[in-house]
Amino acid sequence: MVETSIAFEMKAIVKRFPGVVANDRVDFSCQIGEVHALLGENGAGKSTLMNVLAGLYRPEAGEIYVGGKRVSFRSPQDAILNGIGMVHQHFMLVPQHSVAENMVLGLRKPRFFLDLTRVEEQVKALGEQYNLNVNPRAKIWELSVGEQQRVEVLKMLFRGTKVLILDEPTSVLTPQEVDSLFHTLRDMTKRGHTIIFISHKLDEVLAIADHVTVMRRGKVTAFGISSKGVTKPQLARLMVGREVLFQVEKKKCETGEIVLNIEKLRAENDRGLPALRDISLKLHAGEIVGIAGVAGNGQRELAEVLTGLRRSTGGTITLLDRKLDDNTRWQEVGQSMAHIPEDRGSVGSVPGLSIAENLILKNYFRPPISSGLSIDRMKVRQNATRLVDEYQIATPSIDVPVRMLSGGNLQKVILARETSGHPKLMIAVHPTRGLDVGATEAVHKILIKQCEGGAAILLISEDLDELCALSDRIAVIYEGKLVGEVLADSVDISRIGLMMAGVKADS
Amino acid sequence: MKLPFSNLRVRIETRADNPGWIGLLSSILGVVLALFFGGLLLKVAGAGNPIATYREIFKEAFGMPADWLAGIKALTTGTSCPKGMLCFGPLSDTLVKTAPIMLTTLACIVAFRMKLWNIGADGQMFMGAWAATAVAIFLLPKDTNRVVMLSSMAIAGILAGGIYGFIPGFLKARLNINEIITTLMLNYVAYKWLEFFVVVGPWSLGDFESTGNFSKSATWPRLTEYVKSNPVFAGLTVHPGIFLGIGAAILLAWLLFRSRWGFQIRVIGDNPKAARYAGINLAKNIILVMVMSGALAGLAGMNEVAALRTLTGRFQRGYGFTGVIVAWLSRLNPFAAILVSFLFGGLVVGTKLIQPQGISSMLQGVIMFVVIGTELLFRYRVRFEKPEVILPVTGGVNEL
Repeated sequence: MVETSIAFEMKAIVKRFPGVVANDRVDFSCQIGEVHALLGENGAGKSTLMNVLAGLYRPEAGEIYVGGKRVSFRSPQDAILNGIGMVHQHFMLVPQHSVAENMVLGLRKPRFFLDLTRVEEQVKALGEQYNLNVNPRAKIWELSVGEQQRVEVLKMLFRGTKVLILDEPTSVLTPQEVDSLFHTLRDMTKRGHTIIFISHKLDEVLAIADHVTVMRRGKVTAFGISSKGVTKPQLARLMVGREVLFQVEKKKCETGEIVLNIEKLRAENDRGLPALRDISLKLHAGEIVGIAGVAGNGQRELAEVLTGLRRSTGGTITLLDRKLDDNTRWQEVGQSMAHIPEDRGSVGSVPGLSIAENLILKNYFRPPISSGLSIDRMKVRQNATRLVDEYQIATPSIDVPVRMLSGGNLQKVILARETSGHPKLMIAVHPTRGLDVGATEAVHKILIKQCEGGAAILLISEDLDELCALSDRIAVIYEGKLVGEVLADSVDISRIGLMMAGVKADS
Repeated sequence: MKLPFSNLRVRIETRADNPGWIGLLSSILGVVLALFFGGLLLKVAGAGNPIATYREIFKEAFGMPADWLAGIKALTTGTSCPKGMLCFGPLSDTLVKTAPIMLTTLACIVAFRMKLWNIGADGQMFMGAWAATAVAIFLLPKDTNRVVMLSSMAIAGILAGGIYGFIPGFLKARLNINEIITTLMLNYVAYKWLEFFVVVGPWSLGDFESTGNFSKSATWPRLTEYVKSNPVFAGLTVHPGIFLGIGAAILLAWLLFRSRWGFQIRVIGDNPKAARYAGINLAKNIILVMVMSGALAGLAGMNEVAALRTLTGRFQRGYGFTGVIVAWLSRLNPFAAILVSFLFGGLVVGTKLIQPQGISSMLQGVIMFVVIGTELLFRYRVRFEKPEVILPVTGGVNEL
């Protein structure tokens, strides 16, 4: 029988969101026991499609068949009942609870008495079976991001999931952890599990997948092509719809005077634990310095302290011969310092206000925008019209609330606002995270232009390819310390990977 | 036996499109539906035929168009109105009620714009009334010039309301104490404060539970005072308080949409994190906005005592809560607030004589309820569909 080899089938799925058709009559299916990569740019609709399969979204139209029978999922529970589970990009775990407690969270059994010891044994056994070792009694917050991901995978196995969907699982891992994850995934397929691997990273997809399905703008552009006979450029073309340059053109900038001098900087995270431990770093004009590291090693705190959103607990920051204290940095931001925050929607912009109003967020109180107590509406509109044109922000009007914009356009609004004042220093945090290839290219061009214009840029990113392509130097941050620095033109990815995992640079 | 439709599932989802006219439509539809449900309740409450009742309410609140025409004719010819008080009496009464509603509404709007849920406009208004009375009776001599007296009372009302708004604002800004609780509770403190002074305390005139009448200079000039210049004005109690409200609405609109400070308020209201990122001082603005909100409510209190010409133990409660409803109905727009306050003023005046008592509050409640309900219906789409079979698959360590 042919049907038995098919894990599930999705037919003509349609899912709309305000302003976009995220899935436009998409067909998709998987063979039992394969790793099937779902490749596409951000916004292509791959996460949406999988959220539909996992019962989180309900499609407007289309049918889902599992084991040959038609199903309709009203919740993730329904999907799990049918053996389909998803590990999301943002983990769905309760930080204060233990691993075992998270396992049983949301289960309907047991009804009254919770035998945690039994659960702990089961988790341990499962972990050994699948090489996903994690202490079942550990609290989630004590675990590293990689371990938390293992817990998520275990949680799905514990619920009897046969089809496991992983949404960009490698974005939070070091290269070494990625290897270990891939190993586990192959092991799982041998035991009859089916893996769907969502990604926009071509190398990974070619390394792990048996088959690849490519999506673009809500449609499947190639279904189930074998990963054997296909090349990276071919996949990229399917994904983007045009040829892609993998190398950013970047001239070697003339480096000038020291713009930013950080000495022995210390700060605490939200829990009051040390997040930055004696960070020292110098940035010169016309230089891009990358900060590499696994998420949660102090990058966020570094950016926040530099921009005055977080207090430092020690050390000094000198910007162009001026020592900054916690109170003056606020004024610096928007004058000589620009900040591209990691969270576009919830920090970098005001969703309900218009593009024009978002563009004056940093200079609304200064001439020419403001005169006296009032804001000059004409100047606001002129400013917006000019920047929308200059930065090619695609929008029907400057009065559109920015929550209606795509990620790429929103990022352009933020970049337009931050760079139009010709800052001396830019702090860019994950500036292209979640953007499609086209928007990424645009953002990179803007950054390089700033650098050529003599700005110093501190680029904090998780994307090593991006760091290598843009930076002059790359410093690696691990547990709040800069553990090493490499020049970008002689970069060795595996060495950076080891440093990201805390192995000393010189070993 | 199976009920019909029992196998249908209700599905609620966000609408893909959400154009701006939906807000206006849901406000209007909300009022229409509220009148319908209110009518049902009127019927049940034994108030007779709802349509006749609504007609009566309208007549009481605004008068009849034919009478307005007669009034206008009398006004131009300089004769007295043929229908007496029926010409402009109702409109005049409604405008008198509109002024305090408008001011408390604006108080709510400025706070709600920053997502500060000040439901203490009532208490702030009481404090404003108290302070204005103190100026009118105890601080300034009776023969003070009217403009000086009224201005001083207004300043006192603004200050007292502002200080009373400062308390919850400060607690919120410095200690992150929930302003909903503090403002609500401070209402009762203000009620008792006033009661102490007027009913049992130092300002009470024995058994009258009243401060006694203000001197003429401490009261709003009423139109009826100018009956000599035109006989139509006879008996009309309308006073300049309404202009205070309209002026405050224009000022607030300018502040919110044209000024630097208003920009800050709107940024904080929409996304406090972005506000912090832009270097806007949250704590300072929380306090400022609460002071401003309290000041507007305090001005409403001053307006009320200047109109009532006395402060009694029965000083009307509830304007602050009506302000909450009107603020929502006007979608936090100061100009819309002018119109909606006027309609609500009419509702209060028109239902005054209707039995049973409390029809006004009931209709206000129903309107609020239905407007929020219709807005939900517009923002989301409700779909009915037949459920499909869910197939359980066994396996794994634990079954669900």
